[in-house]
Amino acid sequence: MALIEAKNLTFTYAGREKPSIEDINLSIDRGEFVILTGPSGCGKTTLCRCFNGLIPHFYNGELKGEVIVAGLKVDEHPTYELACHVGMVFQNPENQLFALSVEKDVAFGLENLGLPREEIRKRVDWAMKMTGIYELRERAPYELSGGQQQRVAIASILAMQSEVMVLDEPTSFLDPLGAKQIFDVIYRLNRELGITVILVEHRLDLAANYATRVIVMNDGKIVMDGPPKKILSSEKAKLIGIGIPKATRLYQILKNDGIPLRRNKTPITPKEVAELIVEAFNHD
Amino acid sequence: MIEVRNVYFTYPSGVEALKGVSLRIDRGEFVAIMGQNGAGKTTLVKHFNGLLRPTKGEVFVDGVNTKDASVATLARKVGYVFQNPDHQLFCETVEQEIAFALKNFGFDEESIKRRVDWALNLLGLSQYRESSPFMLSGGERKRLALASVLAWDPEVVILDEPTIGQDYAQKEKLRQFILQLRAQGKTIVIVTHDVEFVADCSPRVVLMANGRIVADGKAEKILTNPKLLAEASVIPPQVTQIFMELEHLGFPREVVDLYEAREIIIKRFKMKVKK
Amino acid sequence: MSFFEGLRFRKISSPIHDLDPRVKFIFVMAIFILAVIFWELPALIILFILQIPFIFLARVSKQWLRSMKGTAFLAALIFITNFVFRFFYGSESLAYLLEQATAMTFRFIVLISSFSIFFLTTSPDMLGLALEQSRFPYEFCFAFTTAVRFVPVMADEAQTIMDAQKARGLELEKGNFLKRVRNYIPILVPLIVNAIRRSIELAEAMESRAWGATKKRTSLYVLKLKRNDYLLILLTAAVFAVAIYIKLYVPIPSISQLLRLQF
Repeated sequence: MALIEAKNLTFTYAGREKPSIEDINLSIDRGEFVILTGPSGCGKTTLCRCFNGLIPHFYNGELKGEVIVAGLKVDEHPTYELACHVGMVFQNPENQLFALSVEKDVAFGLENLGLPREEIRKRVDWAMKMTGIYELRERAPYELSGGQQQRVAIASILAMQSEVMVLDEPTSFLDPLGAKQIFDVIYRLNRELGITVILVEHRLDLAANYATRVIVMNDGKIVMDGPPKKILSSEKAKLIGIGIPKATRLYQILKNDGIPLRRNKTPITPKEVAELIVEAFNHD
Repeated sequence: MIEVRNVYFTYPSGVEALKGVSLRIDRGEFVAIMGQNGAGKTTLVKHFNGLLRPTKGEVFVDGVNTKDASVATLARKVGYVFQNPDHQLFCETVEQEIAFALKNFGFDEESIKRRVDWALNLLGLSQYRESSPFMLSGGERKRLALASVLAWDPEVVILDEPTIGQDYAQKEKLRQFILQLRAQGKTIVIVTHDVEFVADCSPRVVLMANGRIVADGKAEKILTNPKLLAEASVIPPQVTQIFMELEHLGFPREVVDLYEAREIIIKRFKMKVKK
Repeated sequence: MSFFEGLRFRKISSPIHDLDPRVKFIFVMAIFILAVIFWELPALIILFILQIPFIFLARVSKQWLRSMKGTAFLAALIFITNFVFRFFYGSESLAYLLEQATAMTFRFIVLISSFSIFFLTTSPDMLGLALEQSRFPYEFCFAFTTAVRFVPVMADEAQTIMDAQKARGLELEKGNFLKRVRNYIPILVPLIVNAIRRSIELAEAMESRAWGATKKRTSLYVLKLKRNDYLLILLTAAVFAVAIYIKLYVPIPSISQLLRLQF
């Protein structure tokens, strides 16, 4: 059984005429690392909100179709119950940290759940160590860099031990090095702990290499869904206007120009492209 | 146009953000100031319109020492588009928002009307003239912020992290727009950590790290130097990364642009095939 | 502004900082009540002196002085008002008038001083925790700590907004009083709008972390009374008992009487 399932999902925010997402059919299995991308306004954030119950409980509107998360129908269960299965990390690092110390923030969700103190302490320490912020545990969120703050947010979701982690453009405010650090952390959680990751991202050049699957949305609908290498090298993706990595674009351009680059292995990293070019040059 | 002479700057909190920076930007230049978060980029650029004044050293804008002029006077020549448009939007209508600066700078009614029309048109916001700025989408608010700065036609336009949160199409539009502004003879300064965007624009690059300028030159020279990039903790553009792997085949190293890369590879390949 | 500087918490490690906020608060309340009960200057001076060891133990003397400096103006005002008032309404000697005015001023200083020490030595999250464990509704405590957490963030934002508007030609210093007040609209509106936007984002984040899952919230930290806390409780009780006894049974001579006794 899929961990997240959406059937004919359509949602229109209250007061709007056009649905923000339309006729979404989706199935995500445990352990997947999915990148959700598409032009601004395509409905990525709206779709994510359906996964943890913010839609329809926090955002009013008309919900058609169904969303089932870990066997629970989203419209029939309150957000706090769904939050135990799907955690969400938001774009702005500052506005998702409440407490005056890092460890108190990581403990926030667990305190809300009413877990015994020893359990909270255990999970908080573990989550902070997994995300590399244990040394920062007594610092105030205000003093941290954007990247550190995002790791605190990730740790606090991790501590809740939810099966799914949804991250909505978590690296928007970070520089490329900070972004890479975040992707490394998420990748590690996915690989080592089997946490299902849904990452909304524009910066595919940094993130595409980590994913097992890329879903492209446009104008409220899912238009492409498949393995990264296939999606990123397709003509359709180029037309929609998503941020295809330059390396892949160079590969495609050279291929179209007739350079004999090996076809069956679409590269998405610069190293891969370089290897193929070297191969083509040494071939004769 | 802008001259920075051995500037040191320490914030009231005690943090020394600039440690002896010297820089000269001539009229009509296109400069990208790059580096990690915390390198001092925004601090430096805030000296260009007097928001910050050096603790030591001097900054001259069009011959005027910033210590001798008010922010309002300097802003007339140096327009600064802040990173987050929500830090400046406050009017009831988009029209008023664009007119705000014009009123501050003392333009007459007739000119204000003309310039507001022009700015709305330029950034494709005419249909929102009577709308509330808060009703616009994120990308539209960014365009509004840009429109409100361009309306008073400053000679220098500073864009602080203009590509954050933008999708591919929006970045392309921005790049085109910058080309347009350059054609009009404006001096453009962008503060960014987006290497790929800079690689597409190919400006002069000023690389900063720890409050100092570590490099200053053409994008092709700076963004392809691994030592400099490491010092500033900047990842090279993907095209450069590819060419770094091709060096042993005799390929040039100083390539950042996608289409230039293609030309070089095709040429080489044709040469090889001829042999 | 220096007054508020004097109230801001500093992360120092001292026996006073480690005391349970609830116990500290009881002590401060005791001082407060005693300062109100007693009118006699010697008593008030003693109450003031009682706080000095705490200031030094907590190593906050510099900040404490700053907060006292901030109150200098008000203290002078109280002194003058009292003096003038009694001068016109009473018919006592000058020495008595001076003493009474000084006593009132001292009462004010004692009150401010004790609260200053409290806030200087109690971190906001300890305070929030104390509120939580004192059975205040959790929503209230949460609102308090979250507000404190965002104070520096909003201060930064206010500065950025001011910069952004100045860069559009806004001149805050120019113009008559009315114009200057209106000049703050371009700063207040974005600040408030952003605060509202922020609270929505925070609410989303709270929902995503199971806010409201159960009425029986638990907590990572728990305040436990230690030896020093019991000592302070004992001290407070002793001081309070002795003070009440003196108030009821022992007449306190005024300073002028004390001085006359010497001669």
